[in-house]
Amino acid sequence: MAENGKDKGRQQETGEKRWGAGVIPYAKMGYWEPDYVPKDTDIICAFRVTPQKGVDPKEAGAAVAGESSTATWTVVWTDRLTNYEKYQAKCFKVEQVGDTDQYMAYIAYDLDLFEEGSIPNLTASIIGNVFGFKALKALRLEDMRIPTHYIKTFDGPPHGIVMEREMINKFGRPLLGATTKPKLGLSAKNYGRIVYEALRGGLDFVKDDENINSQPFMRWRDRFLYSIEGVQRATEQSGEIKGHYMNVTAGTMEDMYERAEFAKELGSPIIMIDLVIGFTAMTSMSKWARKNGMLLHLHRAGYATYARQKNHGVNFRVLSKWCRMLGVDHIHSGTVVGKLEGDPNIIQGYYDTLRLNHVPEKREQGIYFDQDWASMPGVMPVASGGIHAGQMHQLLHYLGEDVVLQFGGGTIGHPSGIAAGAEANRVAVEGMIKARNEGRDYLKEGDQILKDLAKKCAALQVAIDTWGDISFNYESTDTPDVVATPTS
Amino acid sequence: MRVTQATFSFLPEFTDDEIKLQLQYAIDNEWALSVEFTDDPHPRNSYWEMWDLPMFEIKDASAAFYEINKCREAYPNHYVKVTAYDPRPCRQTTAFDFIVNRPAEEPGFQLQRTETNDRVQNYTIRPYAYNQPHGQRYGENGK
Repeated sequence: MAENGKDKGRQQETGEKRWGAGVIPYAKMGYWEPDYVPKDTDIICAFRVTPQKGVDPKEAGAAVAGESSTATWTVVWTDRLTNYEKYQAKCFKVEQVGDTDQYMAYIAYDLDLFEEGSIPNLTASIIGNVFGFKALKALRLEDMRIPTHYIKTFDGPPHGIVMEREMINKFGRPLLGATTKPKLGLSAKNYGRIVYEALRGGLDFVKDDENINSQPFMRWRDRFLYSIEGVQRATEQSGEIKGHYMNVTAGTMEDMYERAEFAKELGSPIIMIDLVIGFTAMTSMSKWARKNGMLLHLHRAGYATYARQKNHGVNFRVLSKWCRMLGVDHIHSGTVVGKLEGDPNIIQGYYDTLRLNHVPEKREQGIYFDQDWASMPGVMPVASGGIHAGQMHQLLHYLGEDVVLQFGGGTIGHPSGIAAGAEANRVAVEGMIKARNEGRDYLKEGDQILKDLAKKCAALQVAIDTWGDISFNYESTDTPDVVATPTS
Repeated sequence: MRVTQATFSFLPEFTDDEIKLQLQYAIDNEWALSVEFTDDPHPRNSYWEMWDLPMFEIKDASAAFYEINKCREAYPNHYVKVTAYDPRPCRQTTAFDFIVNRPAEEPGFQLQRTETNDRVQNYTIRPYAYNQPHGQRYGENGK
């Protein structure tokens, strides 16, 4: 045990016991420091740790700290050539989660461990080797407090919510989008038709799907040409700025730059990338978008492989932070009411993380730390997947105003045509905002508000008749540990 | 055609009472209201003419409504919009805006194409209103 009697919980060895050749527990190497008070400049992580049977939770926490910072499996004398105590991450608190076999381990990292402006460097440490560590059954990174000192080394979103709104001249309501369907197989000319119809009907954006890149049935250059035709025709008919997220995702950076340059040449206001291109490629495209005045939409393709299981992986709120730092303007973040995974409280936490300047700790939303963004612009969340006009009151209630609501099936599947589907969505969103601003209890009265709007808009009536009863009620796999107690 | 810029252009024209409810929402949020007008509806025309300065101090929707009516009377054949401005930190931009007057006839826009190489076209959006100089675009008496 510790030779310093004051540090009761501390286990660090000194002298021969610490530095003799061989293997000693991580806690004894100094990675367990219960008295440690994190510095303002430290990065702090909250890990959900499931130790293997018989492994002391504190040792498990210390092992995570060690393996995600300086440690290797055995003692190395070369540590003594460094100021190792500074570079060792410190697990300073371990709490059991209810009566489960899971523990929350809080670990502080000195800022000097990380390269400025590099999410790949940050993640190589923190979600690097450690997630495969044998002594743990499972490991999940739940949240990360990023000090503003580190935030300020990142550019953040190329434009952010405020600048995007000024750029496309649309204020005071959620933006509306749709993903072109079917996602695969359309020829370029047919594809552009859908872009045109949806935009002229009233949407602000149409979107390539994540896996539309440059396949044999439609090459990227042809898709871009026909899509921009649709965008420009819709602008002509509405007097509004419209856009189509042109997916520039490709096998190499050179190909992505080529596609992005062509989108710019055509006058597109926005391009898109997929999360699967990786953090370095995302950051490079962010810098390109900033340099070229282009909005950057991120489709989080692949995120659920990191994020879905409660006991293992990386929570999406952490991915959201990384994406805000490396800089995207849009990111898909859940719908609450649609077809894809999402507990309302947890999703509220994601939206706050992306949009607010100061995000307070809120355990019922899965937010473990206060997070200050030092005025880094917010990212516009995108809600996509199984949503329709009949849910507009719920969408506004849960997701707020700074969001892109994407109705793919809910636009293109409209029985009266794509433009009618778009019109229904636009009338519903404007009408719901109007009702909210008038002080009505729009969540409670939502169905009636929509019915009244539909009296003057046949397209909306048809949408409600078609989808009004559709909902997706499945239990979430990812829920908060702490549940808010209703106060009323 | 109907220019559908601003927050509520897909809804039927607001009655005076409906306009006042929106004004009051802005006032309750401490957003400054301002009135702007134009005869240039190009979607990238960011600077409509200001009808006097933004109203920072008003507490009552009817005061702002009075200014809207004065502007509508002066420019019956122009686009007139109300803008609510949100000065909070990290916001400092328009909160919402809506059109409260529009020309009786909206001729719309021409999409001009210039053919270039490799099937690329350069597009230009041009309001038909540009065929006349400012002040003579939407009515005989210049307003």
